[in-house]
Amino acid sequence: MKLLVCISKTPDTTAKIAFKEDNTQFDENGVQFILNPYDEWYALVRALEIKEQLGGSVTVINVGGPSNDVVIRKALAIGADDAVRVNTEAIGSDVVAANIAAYARENDFDIIFSGKETIDFNSSEVGAMIAEHLDLPFISYASHLDHDGTTATIARDIEGGVEVVEVSGSFVLSAAKGLAEQRIPNMRGIMMAKRKPLNVIDPVVVESKMDIVSYSLPPVKEGVKMIDPENMDELVRLLHEEAKVV
Amino acid sequence: MSVLVLAESPKGKLKKAAFEVVHYGFKAAQELGGSCIALVIGSADEVSQLGKYGASKVIHVPEDRGGMDSATYTDMIAQVVERESIHTVVVNHSSTGKAIAGRLSVRLDTGIASQVNTVPQKSDQGITVGRPVFSGKAFAKYLIKGDRRVLSLMGNAMAPQEVGAACPVEEVSLQVPTPRVIIKETKTVDGVVPLPEAELVVSAGRGMKGPENWGIIEELADVIGATTACSRPVADSGWRPHHEHVGQTGVAIRPNLYIAIGISGAIQHLAGVNSSKCIVVINKDPEAPFFKAADYGVCADLFDVVPRLTAAFKKFKAL
Ligand SMILES: Cc1cc2nc3c(=O)[nH]c(=O)nc-3n(C[C@H](O)[C@H](O)[C@H](O)COP(=O)(O)OP(=O)(O)OC[C@H]3O[C@@H](n4cnc5c(N)ncnc54)[C@H](O)[C@@H]3O)c2cc1C
Ligand SMILES: Nc1ncnc2c1ncn2[C@@H]1O[C@H](COP(=O)(O)O)[C@@H](O)[C@H]1O
Repeated sequence: MKLLVCISKTPDTTAKIAFKEDNTQFDENGVQFILNPYDEWYALVRALEIKEQLGGSVTVINVGGPSNDVVIRKALAIGADDAVRVNTEAIGSDVVAANIAAYARENDFDIIFSGKETIDFNSSEVGAMIAEHLDLPFISYASHLDHDGTTATIARDIEGGVEVVEVSGSFVLSAAKGLAEQRIPNMRGIMMAKRKPLNVIDPVVVESKMDIVSYSLPPVKEGVKMIDPENMDELVRLLHEEAKVV
Repeated sequence: MSVLVLAESPKGKLKKAAFEVVHYGFKAAQELGGSCIALVIGSADEVSQLGKYGASKVIHVPEDRGGMDSATYTDMIAQVVERESIHTVVVNHSSTGKAIAGRLSVRLDTGIASQVNTVPQKSDQGITVGRPVFSGKAFAKYLIKGDRRVLSLMGNAMAPQEVGAACPVEEVSLQVPTPRVIIKETKTVDGVVPLPEAELVVSAGRGMKGPENWGIIEELADVIGATTACSRPVADSGWRPHHEHVGQTGVAIRPNLYIAIGISGAIQHLAGVNSSKCIVVINKDPEAPFFKAADYGVCADLFDVVPRLTAAFKKFKAL
């Protein structure tokens, strides 16, 4: 099995969200970056498990600048065999997907893993785009994946439950919670990661059709109204008359 | 040039989200030109009713073939886009819509914006449209260049309003490739509104102490017709099913009312619920971070307060 895992870098979940340049740019000052949890915990780990079961190799790919190498090394420490970084800023999901697809086209992977979404922009776009570029089936939000070497059986999250699907041949999936259990890199993994190949390649597409014009922060809440625990009738009245939600 | 919206009809019934996307398409057409055409794929009743919410016509492709995958949907939509000369395609930001939107943007060679929650506006280079980013902690205005684009509409962002009458329905048959993804089974809980579509949600966390105590949560949800949800450790410990887990790594929701019981309000939890219109927090710890994100708070033991709240709702409903 030749497996490719798309990994992205995101601000840590607890990062303070602030903007600069007249609210046109995310302020990275003091922000710690991590591997996107869906890519690290679920996509990458399940790919490693499939390799352990069926043999083969796991390559991770990232579209981004040299500062991403730190998180890429983490993926190698967790167990990926080698890494590719497409050397261009990841401006726009269209640019990211086209570059990953261009690499994958040359290298014939059996499964391409992406995460459900990046936790900064929450777009959920890249996986489906790669699939269309390569004319492959796409299974979104996979929370369970079994593979017997020929056919994959996948449970995907849908509204209020799951859908169980089957697919043969190569495909692209996006990983949701449940697909695997997080693995913490050990010392040996971290040491080995330093010697694993991280190939930097040039982008094929550099112009995005999307651009963020400005950011804003949501209006601050007015402050909580505390209700006497003895008086739940009052809460119901407020929900009905003031908030108008019941 | 018109707007095309995909109105989902799982199990042969139009979803609430279908009315939302039609009404959004109607408003988008007012801004960008043309009219709103609704596409319904698979069996569905009373599709002409979509006219009431702003569709000028419905294109109905009745065949279902026991389940579509994102590639077959993309193929069908792309055919309709060419036939009707469409400038904007809108799908719901649902499990179906999200699997299609990215594919379709590549097929049509257009830009894309997901989870939009404002009506698009014309601009020199294309359109601008807004959407939440950073799990609802900020809002971004996107420019999408070019004269065509694909959008996915965030759930509960657009209240469907009646603006017209039933519209004509054109029954169309389309050639589509055989799906490569075979649907074996669909396991959904019947009789409850799925979380992403729920208007009222009652959610509980580790403060519940154990799964055996969930009776009071279910009763409260039952009385007001809410869907139940939970925090992540609750789902991880197997106290509640995984599909109830809300937050950054679970389902993101935007109900009118979110009642959080025995949940501390960690930032990753808030990320999935902080766009709710009204938040009620019940927690015995006055320092619980959730109170800062709440509209109404009750600081008390949940085992006392929840049954009392249920009783108060019962009294209110009986009036
Ligand atoms: C990357 C990442 C992603 C995550 N994603 C999610 C996510 O998607 N969703 C999510 O929920 N969490 C998520 N978490 C976990 C999150 O950080 C918190 O640990 C979790 O939300 C806490 O759950 P809780 O509020 O139920 O439990 P606790 O934090 O233990 O809070 C229990 C609360 O109940 C109150 N309480 C206890 N007894 C009573 C009583 N008798 N009456 C009233 N109140 C009582 C306590 O005061 C306390 O505030 C994530 C964490 C990480 C690192
Ligand atoms: N810059 C990137 N490099 C590699 N993979 C990415 C990048 N951005 C997004 N992805 C992948 O696409 C998934 C979905 O991202 P998005 O569509 O941006 O929400 C992520 O979970 C990653 O697997």
